[in-house]
Parts: sequence; C-alpha cells; structure tokens
Amino acid sequence: MAGDSDHIVADTAARIFADLADPQTINRANDSGWKAPLWRALEEAGLTLAWVPEDLGGSGASLGEGFAIIGAAGRYAVSVPLAETMLAGWLLARAGISSPAGAMSIAPARLHERIRIEGSRLRGQAVVPFAPETQHIAVLADTQVALVATKSCRVGKGRNLAGESAPVVDFPEAEALQVGAISISPEQFLLMGAAVRAMQTAGALQTILSMSVAYANERIAFERKIGKFQAVQQNLARLAGEAAAALAAAGSAADALAAHASNEAIFLEVASAKIRCAEAAAEASAIAHQVFGAIGFTQEHILHRFTLRMLGWRDDFGNESWWAAELGHRVARRGADEFWPLVASR
Amino acid sequence: MSGLQFDQIRLPPECETLRAEVRAFLAEEIAAGAFDPHRPGHGDSHNRAFSKRVGAKGWIGMTWPKKYGGRDRSFLERYVVTEEFRVANAPVRLHFVADRQSGPILLKYAPEHVKMDILPRICRGELCFAIGMSEPNSGSDLFAAKTRATRTDGGFLINGTKIWTSSAHIADYMIALFRTSPPTKENRRHGLTQFLVKMKQPGIKVNPIGQITGQFEFNEVVFTDHFIPDDHMLGEIDGAWKQATSELAYERSGPERFLETYYVLTELVRAVGAKPDSRSAEGIGRLVAQLHTMRRMSVSVAGMLQAGKEPVVEAAIVKDIGTVWEQQLPHRVRDLAAFVEEDVGNRETLESQLSFAIKTAPKLTIQGGTTEVLRGIIARGLGLR
Repeated sequence: MAGDSDHIVADTAARIFADLADPQTINRANDSGWKAPLWRALEEAGLTLAWVPEDLGGSGASLGEGFAIIGAAGRYAVSVPLAETMLAGWLLARAGISSPAGAMSIAPARLHERIRIEGSRLRGQAVVPFAPETQHIAVLADTQVALVATKSCRVGKGRNLAGESAPVVDFPEAEALQVGAISISPEQFLLMGAAVRAMQTAGALQTILSMSVAYANERIAFERKIGKFQAVQQNLARLAGEAAAALAAAGSAADALAAHASNEAIFLEVASAKIRCAEAAAEASAIAHQVFGAIGFTQEHILHRFTLRMLGWRDDFGNESWWAAELGHRVARRGADEFWPLVASR
Repeated sequence: MSGLQFDQIRLPPECETLRAEVRAFLAEEIAAGAFDPHRPGHGDSHNRAFSKRVGAKGWIGMTWPKKYGGRDRSFLERYVVTEEFRVANAPVRLHFVADRQSGPILLKYAPEHVKMDILPRICRGELCFAIGMSEPNSGSDLFAAKTRATRTDGGFLINGTKIWTSSAHIADYMIALFRTSPPTKENRRHGLTQFLVKMKQPGIKVNPIGQITGQFEFNEVVFTDHFIPDDHMLGEIDGAWKQATSELAYERSGPERFLETYYVLTELVRAVGAKPDSRSAEGIGRLVAQLHTMRRMSVSVAGMLQAGKEPVVEAAIVKDIGTVWEQQLPHRVRDLAAFVEEDVGNRETLESQLSFAIKTAPKLTIQGGTTEVLRGIIARGLGLR
C-alpha cells in the first residue's frame, strides 16, 4: 500500500520539477541549460539514487517511494535520465556495486538486445536512453552486471519518438569499471523496467487529462466553450477512463513489486500494467490531440512533451504485444480452471 | 477536478478465508445439480431454493447491521462473495437486486417497523426485489417519470406504467419512483417520491416482455388505483432526486459490471489449450491485462467506499470501462476462436456460450444507466458541466 512516506518523497520531487522543470519553460528554452540545475537539485535531494542502499552510496528509499518519484516525473514530462539512473542504481545494487555520482543509463532497454561479457570486456550493442547525457551505463549481461563509463563506448546519434537522445551504443571491447553477479533473475530487471515505464506513462496521462479538461473549459468555438459540447465531453470521459486504468494498473504493479509479491503475481501485475498503460497511451493521446486541435500539433505547445514520450515508452522493456503474448501463454499453461484463481489472487 | 485516485487496496486475509468457503459452497451446489456453471442463461436464473441456501450462509445483506439480519461484514467481504457467485454463473437474480440496491435504500429511508419486517427476510433469501424507474417515455431521463401517486386516506393511489422492469414477474417488492407533485420551473427533478411497493396485489398487472436472448426477464408493470400505505413512502416527499443517487457508487463499481460475459474468456482459454499460437496468446493476454486492471480499479473503489471516501467519478469510470469491455468481450473471443481446432472438446459449449453472450451484449451498456449518461456524469466530475 502507498504509505505516507511515498507521498512525502513524491511531493519533494514534484516541488523540484515545478521549480526547475516546468514543461512550458523548458519547451521554450533554446538550449539545455536548464538540465544542470535540475539534475543538481535532484541529486542533492537524494532522488537520483533513491533505490540504492545507503552503504552503496544511495539514499535508501523504498521501492514504493521510488515509484512515487517516477510517477511525479511522468506528470512533469521530465526529460533527464532520472528514471534511468534510478533503475541503473537499483540494478547495480543487486550485484553489490556502489553507484557513482552523476547520471546513468541502462542496457538493454530493448527486448532482443544481448550484450555479452568476457572477463571485464563487453561486446554487443543496445539502444541506450539518454546515453550522451550520462557518465555511466549499468549493463546487464546474462547474470552479471557491469558498470561502464559512457565515454569508453561508441555512442551513436539516435533519438526516440519524443526527440530525446536514445542512440545505439556500441560496446566493442568496452572495459567495465566493475562487474558483479546479480542476485536476481534477468527477468526481474525486465519487470522493473516495464513497471517504471508504466508508472511514467500513468503520470503523463494524469497531466494530459487535466490539461485537456482545462483547455476544453477555455477554448471557445461556435460561441461556446468546447467542453460544453457533448461529443467533446464523451471523448474527455473516455480519456479519463484511460488515465484511470493506467493509474490503477501501474500503481498496482508498483505496489506488488514493493510488497515482494510472488513471482507469478508480479508477472501478472507488471505485464498487465505495461500492456494497459501502452493501450491507454495510444487511446488517450489521440483524444487529447483531438481536443487541442491544430495548436496541440505544434512544437510550441507542450502537449507533445507528454504524448510522444509515453508513445515512445511503449517500446522499452518489451512492448505490449510481447507482454500480452507472454501473459497469454502463461495463462494457457495454467489452464482454464486456474485462470480465475489467478485473477482473484490479486 | 482534484485528480483521479485509486488507493492500492488488497483484500484482507479474512476475505480469502471467506472466498474458500464460497467456492466450497458453490462446488457443492454444482455437484448437487443446482445450476450448470457452463450454461449461463439456460437454467432458472431466479432460484428460490438456492437463494435461501445462500441466505442461510449469511451472504445476503451481509454488510447490514445484525439487528436487521445482516452480519456486519465489510464491503470487501461482500465483494468477494459477489465476484465468486458471478464467475460461477450462479443463479443470483432472485436476491441480488435486494442485496445490492433495495436493502441499502430501505436501511436508509424506511421506517423502523418496515425495516424489521423486510430486511431479515431479504437476508434469508426469501424476497425478490424489482426497481421501478423507467417508464414508456422516460428511461435514462429518470426525472421525466409520470406515474402518479395521489393522496388518499392513509396513503397513496398509484396510476401509470413502469417498463423494462427486471424480475417484476417474480418480485415480492419493488422500489419505485412516482410523481407526487409536478416539477417546478427552478428544479425539474422536484416532485418525485420513492415508494416501497408490495407486488402481487390488486391494482398491479405485470406483462412480461420477451428479450432478444429468448428470455423473459423484464416486464411492463401497469398500476391502476393501486394503494400504498403511508409508511411505505421512503424518505422525503417530492425529494427523491436527493436520494436516488446516494448509493450509486456501490451500484456502479461492483464486479458484476465487468464479469457478465466473463465465461466466454474462460471457455476460450480451455479451447486454445496449453500451447496456443501467438495470435491467440496475444489476444488472451490483452484481455487478461484489461480484466486484471478493471478488477483492481473496482476493488480500489470498494475499499475507498469502505474507508468513507466518495470516489464518485472513479466509480462511474469503472462502470463505463467495465460494461464496454464485457460488451466487446464475446466479439473478441469469437475473433480469437476463429482458428481453434475443429475437434476441441469444448467447441459446442464455447459456441453456445458465444451465441448467448453476443445476444446479451447490447443490454450491458444500457441497463443501470447508459454509457452516454455515465460519461455525462464523468464529464461533470471532471468539471466540464
């Protein structure tokens, strides 16, 4: 269950985002000068390494508190590698490796990418979110985790759907700074990553909903506020439904992880959250863009900072089709008579 | 709008003990031939003997105070009972409306002696209730109701017609809205009063109406000078509009709002077997994710209500998403079943279930408040009207 401390941490995060990462200000900024002060504030508040125990250099927050930070970051469309650094710190801690200062990212964030490790040398390539903005990358290679300096890798130039850096990173013979065996299964990393993306999506959808409602209450067409038209109201009610489903699914998955539920329960919860949040992202962004009309299609307007980001997150840590097939296979293996007991167990 | 909220409510351990008891009871009933869980709509959905056995277990009116025959149990415990009965396709129609809706209204608005008389009988599974809302020219627009309740010595005389009244042909009682005064210019909702109607009495004629499923579950109910005593008036005269919405959050957000056609999904899982192709697996996975998400939303609303919160918008959203989902479900299952092997053992069951579910589907987004009305309520909650 979401505890009071989750709210306190989330409020701290939200205050920093509101002060230093206001989407409107950032959208108008011509350079990335806003990033350094924001990152400094996040580090000083202990948020970037929230999921790292104190003896490994972090602030030792609970999983629930960390997910609350991630939800807040989604609500503000925060475009710095906060979620990636938190996830990297979490992964490194699973191998007892201390987290260095500065921004980190993770690999692999895509399903079919494989990175191999021989001794302390890494081989392979992967799309690494925000790689050029990080100092280190935490790499999962089979059952080991390696910490590598980003500058020791070849970093390409790719960007994600929202225009954030997400290049292919080549690790030819990159030398790991540290290597350790993980205490978890590789699937648990995928589950954490998927839950993180679901939570960010749920956060983004809350803002998209409130922005869309506010706009419908301001914008006048045919001599009425467009929010007074039933057709628009029906669409916004559907948008609220999608935002609600995403919030419930992502919150439930985070809660299951935080409460260390059984593997089977966590799989159902996280897979459902990743699938349902991705579906909600597609439905809701279509409705929100429809409400905003042409202005929402401009660079100048902040809507795309939310919609494109969440549409892009669908592809990280397994897309919804892959998770659905996995979940469907598991349900089929259990058999029809064991299906309801699984659903009812959560 | 202050933002949507879904507290992470997990069912407490006592719910799981109860769930085991409910499953054991249902297994015994199935074994004894009380109903066939694989053939929804084929058995007698109003089963007096079955309802009495459920009542004997203490599972009707279970959240009500003990002095009225209830068990003082939590809404989360009631949630477990409701979902297990629904998933098993158990014949609950006789007591379900009283349990969910009519009992709580009586608890709140009926005089003490009426409560003492009726509520314990509901709890014992002896009474079937109907809801008299819609009329030939007023469905979703409740406040257009015209059936009159006119003052007479010691009570009221009722004249007019209710329609689409589920279970009226069986019901022992109805809770109905009648017009006691004309609407005012300032408030078109003014002038309706809620009454407890004893059925099977002079001045009430029930005419069954056949449905596209082949069942006769709803009816036309014609009142001609039917007498209702004063003490059967529920709450404030002319003020039903203040009452009619009070229990709606419970009514909207329960598991029955997304599990009505659930059986076809179970049967599809049976039909595809342990190693489905990826098309079937993906389709099933999405449906499972959607189902799990709705259930989490619905449990959350139940928990928030239990905690004294008022998640009105969240409850309306559960019904909107839930009923649209259960309406589409048979079509999606049919689609996924298209490539199932011809000779799977349950093909006949699946096909007969699909045929029934596809015929049931259209009503799911109409009964208890249409999708359009619900979305209007959500829009109001969002601050749009």
